Amino acid sequence: MLRTLLSQVKEFKTPSILTPLCMIGEVICEMLVPRLMAVIVDDGIYAGDMGVIIRTGGIMIAVAIVGLLFGLGGGFFGARAAAGFARNLRKAMFDNIQTFSFANIDHFSTSGLVTRLTTDVTNVQNSYMMTLRMAMRAPMTMIVAMAMSFMISPKLASIYLVAVLFLSTVAFFLIRRVSVYFKQVFERYDDLNESVQENVKAIRVVKAYVREEHEISKFHRAADNIYKMFVKAEMNMTLVAPLMSFTVYSCILLISWFGAHMVVSDTLAVGDLMSLLTYCMSILMSLMMVSMVIIMLTMSQASGKRIAEVLEEKTLLTNPPEPVMEVPDGSIRFDHVNFSYRADSEEHVLSDINLEIKSGEAIGIIGATGSAKSSLVNLISRLYDVSDGSVSVGGTDVRAYDLTVLRNAVSVVLQNNVLFSGTIYENLRWGDENATEEECKHAARLACADEFITEMPEGYETRIEQGGTNVSGGQKQRLCIARALLKKPKILILDDSTSACDTATDARIRRAFREELRDTTKLIIAQRVSSVQDLDRIIVMEEGRVHGFGTHEELLRTDEIYREVYETQTLAGGDFDEQQ
Amino acid sequence: MAQAGPHGGGRGRPRPKIEQPGKLLKRMLGYVFQHYGLQMVLVFLCIITSIVANLQGTMFLRNLIDDYIEPLKTAAQPDYVPLAHAIARVSAFYAAGILAQFVQARIMVYVTQGTMKRMRAELFTHMQRLPVKYFDTHAHGDIMSVYTNDIDTMRQMISQSLPQLVNSVITIVTIIAMMLVLSVRLTFVSLGMVLLMIVASAMISKRSASGFVAQQKGLGALNGYIEETMTGQKVVKVFCHEEQAVAEFDRLNEELYQSAFKATAFGNMIGPVSAQMGNLSYVVCALVGGLLALNATAGFTVGALASFLTFNRNFNMPINQVTMQFNMIFMALAGAQRIFALLDEEAEHDEGYVTLVHAKEENGELTESETRTGKWAWKHYHKDFGTTTYVPLEGDVTFLGVDFGYTDDKMVLHDIVLHAEPGQKVALVGSTGAGKTTITNLINRFYTIQDGKIRYDNINVNKIKQEDLRRSLGMVLQDTHLFSGTVRENIRYGKLDATDEEVVAAAKLANAHGFIKRLPQGYDTMLTGDGANLSQGQRQLLAIARAAIADPPVLILDEATSSIDTRTEKLVQDGMDHLMKGRTTFVIAHRLSTVRNSDQILVMEKGRIIERGTHDELIALGQKYYQLYTGSAEKSA
Repeated sequence: MLRTLLSQVKEFKTPSILTPLCMIGEVICEMLVPRLMAVIVDDGIYAGDMGVIIRTGGIMIAVAIVGLLFGLGGGFFGARAAAGFARNLRKAMFDNIQTFSFANIDHFSTSGLVTRLTTDVTNVQNSYMMTLRMAMRAPMTMIVAMAMSFMISPKLASIYLVAVLFLSTVAFFLIRRVSVYFKQVFERYDDLNESVQENVKAIRVVKAYVREEHEISKFHRAADNIYKMFVKAEMNMTLVAPLMSFTVYSCILLISWFGAHMVVSDTLAVGDLMSLLTYCMSILMSLMMVSMVIIMLTMSQASGKRIAEVLEEKTLLTNPPEPVMEVPDGSIRFDHVNFSYRADSEEHVLSDINLEIKSGEAIGIIGATGSAKSSLVNLISRLYDVSDGSVSVGGTDVRAYDLTVLRNAVSVVLQNNVLFSGTIYENLRWGDENATEEECKHAARLACADEFITEMPEGYETRIEQGGTNVSGGQKQRLCIARALLKKPKILILDDSTSACDTATDARIRRAFREELRDTTKLIIAQRVSSVQDLDRIIVMEEGRVHGFGTHEELLRTDEIYREVYETQTLAGGDFDEQQ
Repeated sequence: MAQAGPHGGGRGRPRPKIEQPGKLLKRMLGYVFQHYGLQMVLVFLCIITSIVANLQGTMFLRNLIDDYIEPLKTAAQPDYVPLAHAIARVSAFYAAGILAQFVQARIMVYVTQGTMKRMRAELFTHMQRLPVKYFDTHAHGDIMSVYTNDIDTMRQMISQSLPQLVNSVITIVTIIAMMLVLSVRLTFVSLGMVLLMIVASAMISKRSASGFVAQQKGLGALNGYIEETMTGQKVVKVFCHEEQAVAEFDRLNEELYQSAFKATAFGNMIGPVSAQMGNLSYVVCALVGGLLALNATAGFTVGALASFLTFNRNFNMPINQVTMQFNMIFMALAGAQRIFALLDEEAEHDEGYVTLVHAKEENGELTESETRTGKWAWKHYHKDFGTTTYVPLEGDVTFLGVDFGYTDDKMVLHDIVLHAEPGQKVALVGSTGAGKTTITNLINRFYTIQDGKIRYDNINVNKIKQEDLRRSLGMVLQDTHLFSGTVRENIRYGKLDATDEEVVAAAKLANAHGFIKRLPQGYDTMLTGDGANLSQGQRQLLAIARAAIADPPVLILDEATSSIDTRTEKLVQDGMDHLMKGRTTFVIAHRLSTVRNSDQILVMEKGRIIERGTHDELIALGQKYYQLYTGSAEKSA
C-alpha cells in the first residue's frame, strides 16, 4: 500500500526531501539557542560584559535568522510536497477510474469513490505533511539533545535514557489500546451519523407513521452508547498528560539531586547542569511529538488503504493488441453466451443466449424486472465481457474491436441516465463534439425533444443543472436519446429509455426512428407491450434466457408469457404519464 | 463535504462571520455550565493547582544553584538536608500538579462527552419535531454537517481550547506580574516585542485565511465535479468521454493544488516566525536589560535580569497558544451558531385536541375503551359546553375551497373541493407538478393550508391532534425510504408491537414474502444505506407491507407501484385491492389499471381539479381524461 501511494510523489520528490532537511537545520539552530542564552547570562550578564552580550546577541540574531529561513523553507517545501502529493493522488485515481470497466465501477459505490477522492486524500495529505515536517524534526531534536546530554555527563544522561524508554513503552501500549477503541468509536460514530442522515431523508415516513418518539428513543440509545464508548476510549488518553508530567518532573528532581552532588564533588560545571535541565524538555517533548505522528498515521492508514485500492484496481476490459478499427454494419450475433457479473458466481445471469439480428432490424426486448434484459444489451457494446461464448457485431467478435470504435458504433441510452451540468447544446454534443446546431436540432426533433426545448426561455442554450434536476423525467430521457442519436451509430440501444414519456410521445419517437434510421439496428427494451409490438421482432426474456423471439403475432400465438403481459396491459389500458 | 475531521487544526482557518459573538459565547458556556457547573469549578481549581505546581518548580530551579549548590560547594562539610527538604517540598507540589492534571483530564472527558451527547440528543429530538417544510428548504448536507462538523468543533473547543485558554491566560498574567515586579521598563520592552509578534502572525494569518477560503472553494468545485462525473461514470464510458473528463478534472485539480499550497504554506509560516521573534525578543531584552543592569538603573540587579530573561522565554508559548485558541474558538462559535439556529427553529405547532381512542359500543352509545377493540373513535371535547363526544372513525375526507402554496406568494393549489366517502377509492391523475402529491400532504397536515377547510370525519383537521391524525392515515410514497435494520424491523415500523406472524402476513399481502424468503437471512436480513441492497421494486413492496401492517382506515398510495413491473404489479394489485377494501384510499398513479376502477377520478392540471367522475363518465365527457386515455391507447399510430 505504502509503495503504491508513495509512487505518486513523482515531481515532488525534491520538496519532499528538502522539507526534512530544512527541519534538521531548524532543529540545529534551535539547539544552539539555549547554549547562546547561557553564554549571554553567564559570560555577559553575570560577568558584566556588555561586549559579550552584544556579540553573542548578534550571533543569536544571526542564528535566529538562519533558523527562520530553515523554518520557512520547511513550511514552504512541506506545503508544496503535501499539496502536490495530494494532487497527484487525485489525478492518478481519477485517471485510473476512467479506465475502469462497468464491472470495476460496480465494485465501488459512487459515494465511496467520491470519499476516496476527497476526504481520504485530504487525510493522507495532512499526515504526509506532518510526517515530513515532524518525523525528522522530532527524532532529530531528541538525538541532538540526547547526544549533547551524553557529552556533558553520561551518568546523568542515562536518566533521560531510562525516561525515554519508560515513556515510549507506555506510549506504545497506550496507542495500541486506544487506537483499537477509537476505531470502534469512529465506526459507531459513522453509524450514528448515518442514522441521522436516514432520518433527514425519510422525515416524511417518520412523520406519516408518527414514529418521532420511536426514532428519538432509538437515537438516544445510540447516542448513549457512543457516549460510553467515547468516555472509555478517552479515559485511556487521560493518562497521557499526567504521565508526561510525571516523567518530566521526576527527571528534573533526579537531575537536581544527583547533579548537585556532582557539582559539589567538582565532576560537573554549574552551567552544564542548567543546560542538562533545558534538554530535558526538548527530549521528552519530541518523544510526545513522535507518538502524535504515529497516532495520526494510524488514523490515516484506513484512508491510505482505500486510496490504494482504487489505484491498484486493474481494468477488466482491455483493448486487443491489434484492434479492428472499423465496424462494417449493425448486425449482431450472440453465440452460446453465458454471462455472470462475478467470475466466481455459480449462477449465470444470462445462460445460453443465441441470437441472430440483421443490420437495420428493429428489435424489442420485454420481460420482468430481473430477467436480465439490460445485461443482454450491455454485452453488445462490451460494457461487460461474456463468461462463455461470443458476441459479434458486424461479423466480428466485440473483443477484437478497438473499444472506442466499438462504442462509437453502438450507442446505448442507459436506464439510469445522467445529464451533465451545462447547456443543452453541450449535453447533446457529448454524442458528437463537432455537431452543428442544425444537427443537434435534428437529433432533438427525432427524439421529440425539440418541442419542449424550444419552449424553454433560452432554448438550446438553457443550462441543465447538475443531475438534470431542472428537467422532468420524460424530458431527461428524450434529451438522452437525442444525445445518443448524434453519435450516428450503427446500433442504437434504448434501455427502458421512454418509461417516463407518455405513450403518444413514445410512439412518435419510434415512428421517427423507423422513418429516419432505416440502416441503424435498433434494440428497444420496454415495460409496455405497446412500445414494442410494432417492431420487426421481439425478444421475450425470462430469468436470463430467451423465452421467445419473433414478431408480435407469432409471439401472441406461441409465447404464453408474452400473451399474458399483453393481455394484462391492454385490458387495463396504458399509462397516464406526463403529458407535456 | 470538505471535512477536516476531528483532528483538523484551527490555525489559519478563515474566520466566518458571526453575529453577536459575545452573546453566542455566553449561551454556549451557559449550556456547559448549566449541567456541569460544579465540574467546571473543579476543573478551574485543577488548572490553578497545576500552574502553581509548575511555578514552584520554576522557582526551585532558579534558586537551585544560588541557594543550594553554591553553599554546598563552599561548605567544608556538605549538608544535603536543605536540598533534600527543598526537593521533597517541590515533589509534593509536583505530585499535586500531576494529580490535578489527571483529575482535570478525567472530568473534562465527562463534561465534553456529556455535553456532546446532550447536544446531539437535543438536536435530534428537536429535529424530529420540525415541520416537513424545514426539510424542504434546508439542504440535507447542511443539516448533516451540524451533527458532524459543528459538533466536532464544539468538542474541540470545550475539551481543548477552553482549558488551554484559561491556563494560558492565567500563566500570562502571572508572568507579566512577575516581570513587572522585576522591571517595569523591561516589561514594556518585552510586551512591545509580543505586540510585534502578534501583528506579524496576524498578517500571515490573513494571507493564509484567504488561501483557505480559496482552498475550500476549490475543494467544493472539485467535489462537485467528481460527484457529477462519478454518478455519470457509465455514461462517460458509453460515450468514450474519458479524455474530456480527465481534462476538466486536471484543470480543477491544479487550481485546488495552487490554493491548497498557498493556504498551507502561509499557515506553516506562523510557527517559525513567532519562534524566532521570541528569540529576537530575548536578545533585545538582554541588551536593554544589560545596559540597565550594568548602569544599575533603579536598583535593577544582574540576578533580576537573569530571572527576567527566563520569564521572557516562558512567555512565548502561552502567547502562541492564545492566538491559536482564538481561531479555534471562532470556528467553534460559527458551529455553535448553526447548532443553536437549528435548536431555535420553530417546531411544528399543533393545537389539535381531538384525539384518537379505542372505542366500544355500550347501550348503543360509543365510549372509550382501555383495550384494543379494532374500533376507533375521535374523542372530541367541546370547551364551550364542557362535554365530550365520540365520533366513530370512518375515513370521510372533505376539502372545501382549499388554497395552498409552499410560500405565501405562490399558490400551487387553487380552490380544491373534494369529498371522499368512507371506503371510496379516489384517484388523482395529471402530469407531474399538477399538485397531486401536495393534496395528500395536506390531509396529514405536513403543510398548513392558506385558505379553505379540510375535514376528516367532519372534524376540521386542525382540531385533530397531529399524531393521532397521522396515525389514522397510511402512506406509501414514491420515493421509498427504508431504515437501517432487518427486513422484519422495517415492516414492523408500521406497527411496533406486531407479532412475527403479523409481519409475515403483511409481507404476503404485499407479495413481498417471496423475495424476502430468497434473501440470504430472510426476514432477518440487514438493510443498510436506505435499502441499497434491494431493487427499487422490492423496496416498494416492503413499503406496501409496512403500510399494510399499520392497518389504517385511510390509505394514501403515491405512485406506490411505479417501479414494479407489470406482471408483479398484477400480483401486488390483488393484495392492494384486498388492503383497500373498506378503506378510503387516495391513489396517485400513472397506470390505468390502478386508476380505472376508482369510485372517483380527479383530473388535475396546474393546481386545479379540471375534471371529475368515474372512468366511464370521464370517457363520455371526452375531454382531458379522454385525451390522456386515448393518447395512451394510441398503439399503432
